[in-house]
Amino acid sequence: MFDTAPNASGLHCQGLVKSYGPIEVLKSVDFSVMPGQVVALIGENGAGKSTFNSIVAGVVRATSGQMWLDGEPYAPHSPSEAMQHGVALIHQEIRLLPELSVAENIFMGRLPLKRGRIDRARMEKESREILTSLGVKVDPRRPVGGLSMAVQQGIEIAKAILRKPRYVIFDEPTASLGESDAELIFEQVRILKENGTAIIYVSHRLDEIKELADHVICFRDGHRVADWDGPSVTKEQMINAMVGREFTFEHRAPEPSKKNVVLKVEAAGRHGVFSNVSFELREGEILGFAGLVGSGRTEIVRALSGADRLETGRIELDGKSVHFRSPADAIKAGVVMVSEDRKGLGLNLDQSASKNIALPWEKKLAKAGMVFGSTVETLGASQKDRFDIRGQMNSPVSSMSGGNQQKVLLAKWLVEYPRVFIVDEPTRGVDVGAKMAIYEIIRELALSGISVIVVSSELEEVLGLCHRVLVICEGRQSGLLERHEATPEKVMSLAVRG
Amino acid sequence: MANFENNANGSQVQIQSAADYQDEASGNVNWGVGTMNIIKTIYRNIPGPLIGLTLVTLVFSYLSPYFFTTRNLFNIFSQMSEIGIMAAGAALVIIIGGIDLSVGAVLAVTLMFNAWLYRDLGVPFVFSCLAGIGLGAFVGWVNGILSTYGRIQPFVATLATMSACSGIALYITNGSPVTGFPTPFGLITTMRILGIPLELIILVSVYLIVAYWLNFRPSGRALYAIGGNEEVARLSGINVMRSKVMVYVTAGVLAAIAGLIVGSRLDAAHPTAGISDLLSVIAVVVIGGASLAGGSGGMTGTFIGLLIIGVLRNGMALLNVSPNLQPVVIGIAIIVAVMLDRRSAQR
Repeated sequence: MFDTAPNASGLHCQGLVKSYGPIEVLKSVDFSVMPGQVVALIGENGAGKSTFNSIVAGVVRATSGQMWLDGEPYAPHSPSEAMQHGVALIHQEIRLLPELSVAENIFMGRLPLKRGRIDRARMEKESREILTSLGVKVDPRRPVGGLSMAVQQGIEIAKAILRKPRYVIFDEPTASLGESDAELIFEQVRILKENGTAIIYVSHRLDEIKELADHVICFRDGHRVADWDGPSVTKEQMINAMVGREFTFEHRAPEPSKKNVVLKVEAAGRHGVFSNVSFELREGEILGFAGLVGSGRTEIVRALSGADRLETGRIELDGKSVHFRSPADAIKAGVVMVSEDRKGLGLNLDQSASKNIALPWEKKLAKAGMVFGSTVETLGASQKDRFDIRGQMNSPVSSMSGGNQQKVLLAKWLVEYPRVFIVDEPTRGVDVGAKMAIYEIIRELALSGISVIVVSSELEEVLGLCHRVLVICEGRQSGLLERHEATPEKVMSLAVRG
Repeated sequence: MANFENNANGSQVQIQSAADYQDEASGNVNWGVGTMNIIKTIYRNIPGPLIGLTLVTLVFSYLSPYFFTTRNLFNIFSQMSEIGIMAAGAALVIIIGGIDLSVGAVLAVTLMFNAWLYRDLGVPFVFSCLAGIGLGAFVGWVNGILSTYGRIQPFVATLATMSACSGIALYITNGSPVTGFPTPFGLITTMRILGIPLELIILVSVYLIVAYWLNFRPSGRALYAIGGNEEVARLSGINVMRSKVMVYVTAGVLAAIAGLIVGSRLDAAHPTAGISDLLSVIAVVVIGGASLAGGSGGMTGTFIGLLIIGVLRNGMALLNVSPNLQPVVIGIAIIVAVMLDRRSAQR
């Protein structure tokens, strides 16, 4: 693109290469972003987006290649050096301290002093200003713990822009947010953009990219494979460039042939969390749970699967009243839940994939009361083939990509087919290829007569996969829609109103 | 450090490996590099504690002609058997991410309780022994209940029971030791079966039984899941509370059994017996490769850790190292062992 230092303002990268040993994860990437411009990066997990961001933000150093920032050569050794140059990275994972106040979190590491003591008044005033400018409504004096994910993400952004960076990298800021919460983040990106900040925006949500980006760049296998002007690009173009092949969006199973009710929930509730949830789940049916993040969806399925106690209401399984006092009870009855929090609640990251898969089934794997390592490995190997898991089944799960970790998590709960299979955010943080594979798994489960509940923040997922949709708003069931009545607009309006 | 260098010289590393590949392709296999790699692979697969044990054994065998004799090796075991039995329980507690500070005090209180029942109340000795083990199980149960249903951190819960147990041990006889157990009781520490001390057989049996549980029984294998991530284990259908209580009960029972060995050897019950063993017990488990964060460790490692401490103590005694200096060496051993373990953890 250019052989000498460009005089232009903005961030310019040329021929960036990053290799770990013999493996090149980034292969000669050129990149430019100008002040006041939003450049979106898309690509499957492992395409090199995160590596690229880490190089720009000084987390890792490029093996070769050059960068210029506002015409000066730029090669940060550390995140703090990048910060001094005005480059800030907003991580995908929220890293706030729950016990400290909002203001303390924003000013962490550079608390303002007045006569040797912390100047709380100033800290709170400036926090309030910066939060208001971002449209985040929260009292800077309250502790961060217990705030919604969307607000916490807003606080992360406030923290990052406190130093007035001229370049901001967003790494999947909306990964854990629902549609209307995500809107808040878009607004913040637009505000930053209007102030002349250059923005690199990574996301798996293609709709929001169309809406936000001036320019879209697609990475695949460490290469920059395609780029478009934001408004003109279509979703199909983006997806095809990401996966490098064509595919369709049809993953709904045909209507279940049988009509018998497997799970019947009546007026279920937990004090102060959700109340009066009633529905019937038929054999081979996929029921979607839609609603904003924090509406109580996860809490409802946790109570249905014995993870939390159900305080009011009753559950019937195959016509018999059941009462789950622990996840163990529910599993025994054939009701399993795949948690939304793969890393915190789903898998033991330090243990091997095989051991993770075997964990709920050890008693059944025992021969004469003994479980052998070879049995566990055989089970792991057969689940690897069944679910097309790529990676070493005997090394820690943490070494696998997000999509494969998610497949391991599903494989863990599908060693034996359950009666009711509940999945909370089945495709959070996984790439498009793995997403399609997971939809296929869910579809086939339904076809083989298993009743499935899919909880998801992605409307498209709920609408594309489910036979019926239950909408939850602020802990209440605001609607139960048949497939043909469930339009995106209808679901959204039920999710935001009561 | 190694990682950092790799990053800095990434391109060089790459060129070197490409060159290796060319050598192999043209038939000139670089044997030097190949052998080094094999040695490195073997070295990485040997647990750090075993390297340490081999080293200290070689050093002492060289320094003292008496060290590597059957008699002395049996000595090492008899010096370490009660710590070893307690360490088996402590390892379980540490695997589930807990800690048990009360083991030494449980040893003392169960032994005193046993002796008091036998001497002052005239309870038949077999029953008083069983009552002592039952008391160990009870204290373990209290530890387990406090740290699970009571939601008290295990450090605090077992600190409290440690304090209570050591107090009760003194209170029972107002601080005086009890002597005069039945003669056959002494056989535990003097008898040999096919030339092997009974004590050693008991110690090894405890390790084999616990290792069997940890490696092959579903409830034992679940302990690693609990130590790795308790909530993941619970959601996977494991009864976490019950498993944890069971582990603390096991630790209490093993401490009481260790108490019987101490009583047998000394033919007396001292109210402060075992109190000073606590740090050695934890040292053994840690040297054996367990992490206090939970989720890792095992019986092989703990047994090697026990041997390392035993060999160090015995060897230093043979070489007339001042007893006051011995804890310093043990301290250094802990640090070296943990650092070696880090190295192997980095792959």
